[in-house]
Amino acid sequence: MSEVILEIRHLSKTFGTNVVLRDIDFEVRKGDVISIIGASGSGKSTLLRCTNFLETPTSGQIIYHGKDLTASRIDEAAYRARVGMVFQSFNLFNNMTVLQNCMTGQIRVLKKKKEEAEAEARKYLEHVGMLPYINAKPRQLSGGQKQRVAIARALAMGPEILLFDEPTSALDPEMVGEVLAVMKDLAASGMTMMVVTHEMAFARDISSQVVFMKDGVICEQGSPDQIFKNPQRSETKDFLSRFMNS
Amino acid sequence: MTSSLPTDYWGRVVYLASHYAGSFLNGAWKTIAIAVVGTAAGCIIGFLVGIIQTIPVSPKDPWYKKAVLKIVRLILNVYVEVFRGTPMMVQAMFIYFGALQYTSLKLSMWSAAFLIVSINTGAYMAETVRGGILSIDIGQTEGAKAIGMSHFQTMLYVIFPQALRNIIPQIGNNLIINLKDSSVLSVIGTIELFYVAKQNAGTYYWYFEAMTIAMILYLIMTLTASRLLRWWEKKLDGPANYDLATTDTLAFTSGLVEYPADADDHFAERNKEGGEER
Repeated sequence: MSEVILEIRHLSKTFGTNVVLRDIDFEVRKGDVISIIGASGSGKSTLLRCTNFLETPTSGQIIYHGKDLTASRIDEAAYRARVGMVFQSFNLFNNMTVLQNCMTGQIRVLKKKKEEAEAEARKYLEHVGMLPYINAKPRQLSGGQKQRVAIARALAMGPEILLFDEPTSALDPEMVGEVLAVMKDLAASGMTMMVVTHEMAFARDISSQVVFMKDGVICEQGSPDQIFKNPQRSETKDFLSRFMNS
Repeated sequence: MTSSLPTDYWGRVVYLASHYAGSFLNGAWKTIAIAVVGTAAGCIIGFLVGIIQTIPVSPKDPWYKKAVLKIVRLILNVYVEVFRGTPMMVQAMFIYFGALQYTSLKLSMWSAAFLIVSINTGAYMAETVRGGILSIDIGQTEGAKAIGMSHFQTMLYVIFPQALRNIIPQIGNNLIINLKDSSVLSVIGTIELFYVAKQNAGTYYWYFEAMTIAMILYLIMTLTASRLLRWWEKKLDGPANYDLATTDTLAFTSGLVEYPADADDHFAERNKEGGEER
């Protein structure tokens, strides 16, 4: 078994009196591709956002390379620079061109030289097939193009883990394929990924592990084969049958 | 000499304009200087106040950070309310004569003029900037945080440029208001356009004629200001089109970009569509 990068222990999150996550427990190993599936409102996105502290967990631990990040005041920014995130709504910087979007983090956060940052940015933009568009502003791109740039931006930071928060949910159906293709390539290249998704085919075929969430708890967890072919819990069966038939 | 003075309206306007051109233009120049410097300084004050007002406080922060922030915010709120809630003319006399009588601080008439316009504009801009920052989608902040930017970096490189673009119309409003309202500084003897117009009018009791010239000069200044700000807005928006960066020179002549040669089909297809759209 490969090295454990991230451990999530007894994580809970409440908004007021609303319990969104309850006692979440799992770990991410190097090279894992973990798909998190479940109905809307089951806490999938909140779990991902807690993982890089966009939401502060109410209780529990997030342990990164053996270091408990929730125990003391940590440099959240430095940690986030190691954990990339791709959002449902892209969140590209509207005031910058495609190339600048992929360079700014390297220059401002990683303190790289401009030339070096540009070379890295171009390399990853080429990976996602967006190199011709380096001079475009985000508003001039289609949804699928934006999401590919967002992936390149995250990759340019050289992250150890990439978090995807429903990366294809805001896209027109014909654009979903281009983004999934990029993610498939990434998974094949050995990138460690946590993917919140409604794309069951992706979860089944690409991921190494599937986590099924319901009402803020992990209902069932296992290999794609276990979850999709032989689910143990009735909730999982119900969810999958609804999804697979539609 | 008196017999040679014009007696009709246009004659008098022309007479004043030609004989007192230097004086009018000097007044107009001072008005522009006060308005531009005051608006710029006011924007800087506004941005600083706006950024402080939007610093996020997390429950994990130490108590002294929260306490300091709370006190600073209270002071800033008082500043905004006081200077937004009182007339600039009264503020001018209050500060200029107050400083003169009760403190060792002896403001020159010019520094008083610049100071008053700056802090007055700053009070308005603080609220404008706060609104500008709040108008930027939270996703922009999250995107910046997700690549490891600090609050300050997020503000400086991502939020601030976008907020600035959104509040340019309001900055333009303030500049135009300052061009006109600097006239109230004549109460503390600031020699700006209105002051010299009144002075020149008094020489011959030609008030209507002198104010005609002042009106024209004010209009020229405000119209120029609004045109310049429109141009600035356009410039910040950048070009409406963009060039495809491709090494395939044939792509430009064909109008289609096949990219990259070895990519999956759907990439090439998307890029073609993209090329046609624009």
